[in-house]
Amino acid sequence: MTILEAPASGLQPATAVETRRPWWRTALSRAVPIVAALAGIAVVWYAVSYLVLPADQRFLLPPPHEAFGSALSNPALMGPMLEALARSAGVAMVGLAIAVVLGIGYATVMSQSGWAERILYPYAVILQTIPILALVPLIGIWLGYAFTARVVVCVIIALFPMISNTLFGLQSASPAAHDLFSLNKATRWQRLTKLQFPAAVPSIFTGLRNASGLSVIGVIVADFYFQQGAPGIGGLLRTYTLRLQMEALLTAVTLTALFGVIVFSIFAALDKAVVGRWYGGHSR
Amino acid sequence: MTSTATPTLALEGVTKRFPTGTVAVREVSMALQPGDFVTVVGPSGCGKSTLLRLASGLETVTGGSIDVHAAATSYVFQDATLLEWRSARTNVELVGELRRVPKQERRRRAQEALDLVGLTGFESQHPRQLSGGMRMRVSLARALVADPELALFDEPFGALDEITRLQMQTELQKLFQLKRFAGLFITHSVSEAVYLSTRVLVMSGRPGRIVAEVPVPFPYPRPPELRYEPEFAELTGRVSAALGEHS
Repeated sequence: MTILEAPASGLQPATAVETRRPWWRTALSRAVPIVAALAGIAVVWYAVSYLVLPADQRFLLPPPHEAFGSALSNPALMGPMLEALARSAGVAMVGLAIAVVLGIGYATVMSQSGWAERILYPYAVILQTIPILALVPLIGIWLGYAFTARVVVCVIIALFPMISNTLFGLQSASPAAHDLFSLNKATRWQRLTKLQFPAAVPSIFTGLRNASGLSVIGVIVADFYFQQGAPGIGGLLRTYTLRLQMEALLTAVTLTALFGVIVFSIFAALDKAVVGRWYGGHSR
Repeated sequence: MTSTATPTLALEGVTKRFPTGTVAVREVSMALQPGDFVTVVGPSGCGKSTLLRLASGLETVTGGSIDVHAAATSYVFQDATLLEWRSARTNVELVGELRRVPKQERRRRAQEALDLVGLTGFESQHPRQLSGGMRMRVSLARALVADPELALFDEPFGALDEITRLQMQTELQKLFQLKRFAGLFITHSVSEAVYLSTRVLVMSGRPGRIVAEVPVPFPYPRPPELRYEPEFAELTGRVSAALGEHS
């Protein structure tokens, strides 16, 4: 039975009929600034190579077509480089996954009581403030210089944004929403699963986006210092530097940067897709 | 529902002193029978909301006593306080979920409550897709879904624009007429207080005490035009005068 009149706003239930721009125009409008930025870098690069550096020092920064051209046309160089990149990507993703699980778990425990937060938060802060480079030699000594040690470096560097963002999200529900749960005699578990966790979803994805970028940095740092065993891309960066192989070094740096951008973009897109959907799609 | 000897809500000499030393309410006594709709008006910061939090059990008294005889009590907050990730329907269903009502039963009741507040067709909309007035309707549906015998309202329409606010008042008194819960409604609007209630209580500035009681004799349903009647103006005048003397 309806005893109230329908809202006078003249709104109809959403039929979700939208006029959207075709997807390729959206893609194009997003791609143009990126392409422009890359072109800008290329212009500066060429300018430095040809206008700033004298000819006898041009080997310090060969122009892009020479740097990439000679490296890309050399399978003996590119094969190991791509293998190393894949190895590093594996380490970064494993490290990220562990950081996500640990970070969410740690923040959840902290969110359950004031004293748990007071006891546990300092450890997270210490983790964040100790320069990772100071820890790396210790980790190497304790855990060796292979996969495990590299993953640990990734975890340490990616953990803090997961913890802090998750905790912020778990604490973001309004006092009134908590009152609503109290009035309905919600259990601690109900409060956690039906209020705190859902409220934390957007923050958790923000944390994931930041942690993904950091896990890439973590793996490069670990590769760079842990030279034993199969090399990661960071290890090759060091090798190329020592041998002053400028073409290979520039190509590897570019690949690394590209890898970081791709990982970050994937998680940024994931963030946007999930969080938008979480709130029931577009807002009015 | 017939009036019984046991009041739905009885406050006896209730005092609330916070640990900081602030006395929010002092020596407040009142009784709500089934079919009573009592509004409390007072200057801001006079402890009106504290009174409601005490009645709901969210805060405990430091003096006096509170007795509630209601199978179900509901509470409507200042903001709609909806969970943004849930649709209108699942927001209303939340109450049943927390109280472990079987799924079909709680879905049916949620639909009834949404129909009652005029949200038929908007069930799957999320809060961000709804206007302020519609969000408040969802909040009202959530309060009604448990079939409360006692309903507490903490200035629920304060944040709405004037037109929506008047519309919500009209609809709330219709819902009251239909459901006959005992209502306790906090507001700082004198006309809202008189329009909705069977009785207006006037609170003084902090520490809040009840300083005047004004019965409102108009029968329900009350047409919106009631607000322009001379008898209505006379009552709002009396309430305003009591407020003015004690603020």
